[in-house]
Order: sequence, then structure tokens, then C-alpha cells
Amino acid sequence: MGFEMLSIHAVGRYKVMMTSQNILDVTNLKVRFHTPEGTVHAVNGVSFSLREGGTLAVVGESGCGKSVTMMSILRLIPIPPGEIASGQANYRGFDLLKISEKNMESIRGKEIAMIFQDPMTSLNPVLTIGRQITETLRTHLGMDKNAANRRAAELLEQVGIPDPGRRLNDYPHQFSGGMRQRVMIAIALACAPSLLIADEPTTALDVTIQAQIIELIQRIRDTLAMAVIWITHDLGVVAGMAEQVIVMYAGFIVEESGVDDLYENPRHPYTLSLLAALPRVDRSRNDRLKSIPGAPPNLLIEPHGCPFAPRCEYSIEKCRVDGPTLTEVSPNHAIACWVDITTSEKNVNLLQGSQ
Amino acid sequence: MNDQPIIPNSNISSISLDELESPPLPLSRLAWLRFRRHKMAIVGLGLLFLIALYCVGGAFVFSEKYSNFNDTSIAIQPPSPEHLFGTDTIGRDILARTIYGGQISLMIGLTAVILEVSVGILIGALSGYFGGWLDAVLMRFTEAILIIPQIFLLLVMAKFFTGDIQEVTIFGRVFSGSVIVIVVIIGMTSWPYLARIVRAEFLSIKENEYILAARAIGTPTYEIIFLHILPNCIAPIVVSATLGVANAITLEAYISFLGLGVRPPTATWGNMLEGAYNYIETAYWMWLFPGLLILLIVLGINFVGDGLRDALDPRSRTV
Repeated sequence: MGFEMLSIHAVGRYKVMMTSQNILDVTNLKVRFHTPEGTVHAVNGVSFSLREGGTLAVVGESGCGKSVTMMSILRLIPIPPGEIASGQANYRGFDLLKISEKNMESIRGKEIAMIFQDPMTSLNPVLTIGRQITETLRTHLGMDKNAANRRAAELLEQVGIPDPGRRLNDYPHQFSGGMRQRVMIAIALACAPSLLIADEPTTALDVTIQAQIIELIQRIRDTLAMAVIWITHDLGVVAGMAEQVIVMYAGFIVEESGVDDLYENPRHPYTLSLLAALPRVDRSRNDRLKSIPGAPPNLLIEPHGCPFAPRCEYSIEKCRVDGPTLTEVSPNHAIACWVDITTSEKNVNLLQGSQ
Repeated sequence: MNDQPIIPNSNISSISLDELESPPLPLSRLAWLRFRRHKMAIVGLGLLFLIALYCVGGAFVFSEKYSNFNDTSIAIQPPSPEHLFGTDTIGRDILARTIYGGQISLMIGLTAVILEVSVGILIGALSGYFGGWLDAVLMRFTEAILIIPQIFLLLVMAKFFTGDIQEVTIFGRVFSGSVIVIVVIIGMTSWPYLARIVRAEFLSIKENEYILAARAIGTPTYEIIFLHILPNCIAPIVVSATLGVANAITLEAYISFLGLGVRPPTATWGNMLEGAYNYIETAYWMWLFPGLLILLIVLGINFVGDGLRDALDPRSRTV
């Protein structure tokens, strides 16, 4: 165990030399939850990779398995009722799904950090901010109290909190929502992790604060050469942030592509619908936003066929019987769909809207 | 007052402008402000302070030797200038004995509660945090102890363990070994209620996102349990522990009164009552003073407990 932990730490030092390598390779991840109502098929064979220092966005509507995928990688889902049915998550050569809980604890927060959606509930109300920031420093880096406090004040300053020395002794309820998210970021970044998983970090904040937080994370990502996985349901946020995008639906990856290609040339009907549902400045105000008919599938039913088929305008007979696999259609662009929507005439209607 | 704006609500107008602009109050300060408004709690706190002063300060006036000194020639004397609270059946000074008995009663109350709280927190926390089979085993065990009436359990254990027990010396003072036994058996029979409270708190608090966030930064499990979840349920524990002290003092009095508790010559308020049992009609001073002290301390603790319950209520945010 000691050797394994040691080598994980040692790997971190070669970060700069290994930038062309993948920091994370997830293959065929399947996650289920056994509930009294039945088995929930939350994640159904998800595979993706992220290179060192890269930024990956994961988009999809609520309940499509974005968060569960990431939390499973960090083994944060409750087991039972959760179960990681199959898959691998290789982080710099270590399968995160196989290593011991002890080693996992030394990776969480030190190598891979996570920020959560709602800063109002992500901080412990009875502990001071300082206590919560120094926690990781003392656990992972073995700093003494004074050194940890000094570092915590530096971190607060870096994330833009004025008068950091004094604010260390304040409790979470003495901070506003945006400030708390900054504190969360400071906690996540305390040990300069190599990978940051941000689970909708701006959803609970208002738009101006959103922009500040995004800018802050981008700046820190660039200084630390840190890889970022950004979970969101806001395609607008993705455009300015990520280089690679994964679109998820009902626990499947339905489309994966470079960010520009995804916006200019969406190939999966679901992505197309998502983009059509996005408000745009360059569209006439009188146009109604397109909504996707129907509701996401019930995950209690074992998936068969394409999960989007019941709501899809393009669906053909085959879609309901046989589930498509993720297939590359052009360089760095893969979709899981039987239909080539670029040749279908419905595509033209949808993109033009109801003019 | 002229330079302050007049606001109809008297509560608000009493806050100065400076206070309105200052950041939210820390929880401890908020709790004290709310506690202070509770009149009976302040009375209770004063009462406890006076009794503590009586038991600790009294020891400087009378020596322990004096409290145990007997002279049968002056047995059963009513209150007089020499013996303010009168004397008991073998001529010991009741005033001095209530002082030393109070020390023992308080010590039993506090240590029994420390034991109760430690066991209760440990069992409740493990049960609530881990759940599953561990929870099932620990909770069935807790229920098994709850089914048996505490008094029976106490009496049986007291009878069983206080048989022939050595005297013990703590901090240079000699106690009847039965004191330790009483502390242990009161602590060991009182924890189930607290364990249930702690378990219930853990069950709800562990689902909070900040616990997930703490795990996400690699916080070890024992730190999550004791440093992240436990401080969140300190309010019900403090209230329960406070009331537990009163409970332990009455329980000690109860078993000592039945002659199974702390053995003389070590005095407690409970075994002083036992000594007075045959003289209820003839020598009122023998039961009045220890009885009154038990009444006052239990009353005081209960007032303070009520005040704490309101002051520490996390759902209430008013000052």
C-alpha cells in the first residue's frame, strides 16, 4: 500500500513532461442503483478520455447521469444502493475503481478535486472557512496549523476574497453565494490538483457571478495546467470554456466532439434539439424556443434500443430495437445514431425554426 | 435617542445602527442572546452557581473529617447556632454533610453524564453513519436495554456490583468504592436515549452536500464522523446531557435512598435521605436540607436545559 501511494504522488511531478498523455481514460462504465422500486440504470457503458491539461464539458439534461458518472469515478456514490457494475477509470495508470479506499482518500482532493453545484449547501455550517480550507492541506500535505493557515489566506486571496486573513475565522453563513463558491474553489484547489471536476458550479449563481466564477476557474486552470471536467446543462457556458464536449442522454454518451464542431455541425438529433432550445441573440425575438417533446426515459426499465428514439423526430424502425454505439463520423466527432441527419430534410426545418 | 430612527417594533429599535451594519452574529453569541431572554434559565443558572459555590466553598469552612465526626451524645438535635442544619442519628453535623454530600452528588451527576454521552455518541454515530447491519445490531442492542425499566436494571446492578468493594482514593480523598460503581451503572443504563438522538441526527446530517464535499476532498471517515457531522448535532446533545445531569443526580438519590447506592460514611444527598427515613415525622431537619438541595439542583438544571433547548434551536434565527 505504501509503495502504491508513494508512486501516485511521484507521478504528479512528471505532469509537465506528460502533457500529450491522457490523464483519465474511462471505459465502459456502468452504474446502477438498486432501489425498492427496482434497479435504476443510471450510467450505461460510458467511455471517454481526457488529456493532461485538457478541458472536457459534459452536457445533458437533469438526471442523464452526468454527475453520477463523475461521482462514480471518485467512488463517491453510496454503495449500496449504488453499484459500479462494470468499467475502468484509469487515472495515470491507476484504475480508480480498483484501488483501496485508503488510496482513494489520498487521491480525492489531492490529485482529483470536485466542486459541487450549490455553494449554499456545500460548506459545513458549523465549521469556520479557515478550518475547512486547512483540512485538505493538513490531511494531504501534512502542513502544521500555522503554515496551513497562511496558505489558506493566500488561497482565499487568489480566488478574490478581500481581507482573507480575517475572513478565515468566519462561518459560511457570513458569506454570500458567489463568495461561498469562491471558497469552495479555494478548498478544491488547495493541493493544486491535476484534475478538477466541476459539477454545475455556476447553476445556483446569478449570471454576473457565473461569469466571474467561470473566468476564475479558467484563469486557475491555465496557471496550474490543470485538466477540467465541467458538468453543465448550459450549452452557452460550454462554448467559451471547453475544447471537447460530451453529450449525455439517459446514461449514454450520444455525441462527442470538439466544441466548435459541435455547435457548427451537430450530428445527433438530441444535440440538435438541445441547440434549438438554446436562446440566441441572433435569432428573432418572435421565434419560440423549440422544446423537446416527451420526457426522458424511465431509467428503471432496462434500456433497449436507442434511449432517445421515443422523442426523436428522425427515429426509424431500427432505433427502437437496436441501440447504436458511439461511432466516429468525422475526425474527432462521434455519434451514437443510426440516422445521418445531415441528409435528412427534417434537419433543415429544425435549424431554421418556425419562420 | 434623538439621533436614532424611531421604528415601531421595540425589538428592532433597541438595536443600534452599528449593530445593523455589522455582519451576522456568530452562533455562540446568538445562542447566548437567546438564552439570556429566557428568565427561568437565568434563574436556573444562578441557582446552579449558588449550589456549586455552596458545595465547593463550604469545604473551606468545614473539613471532611468534621463532616464524618460523630458524637452520639448530640444525636438528633434540631437546628441550633452550633449546628445550623441540626445533627443526624449519630450526631454528625448535617450542614457539613450536605456540603460534602453535594460534592459527591455533583461529581456522580457529571461523570455519569460524561460516560453516558461518550457511549451514546459512539453508538449513535456508528449506527447512524454506517447504517446497514452495524446499525441493525447496535439499535437492537439499544432497544434491548430500553425495554428493561431503568430502575430495575439499576437496582439489580447495584445489588450485584456493590457487594464487597474496596475504598478508593481520588485526588487524595477517600471514597466508598460504591461511588464508582454507581457512576458506571447510571452511565451504562442512561445512554440509549442519547444514542437514538445522535443516530437520528447523523442519519439526516450525513445526507447533506457538505458531507459529500468533505469526502470529495479526501477527508478520512473518522474525521467526517467526529469533526464534520458531530459538531452539527451538538445542540441536542448539550440539551440532553444537561438534563442527564439532573437525571443522574435523582437516580443516585433514588438508589442511595433504597440503601443500594453509595455507602456511608461517604455522604451523598441520597443516603442522607435514607438515614432520615425513620425520622420523617420527628426530625424534619434530617430530610429537609438534603431534600431541598436535590429539589433545587434538579429544578435549576431543568430550567437551564429548557433555556438551552430554545437558545440552540437551529431552526430559530431570531435574537
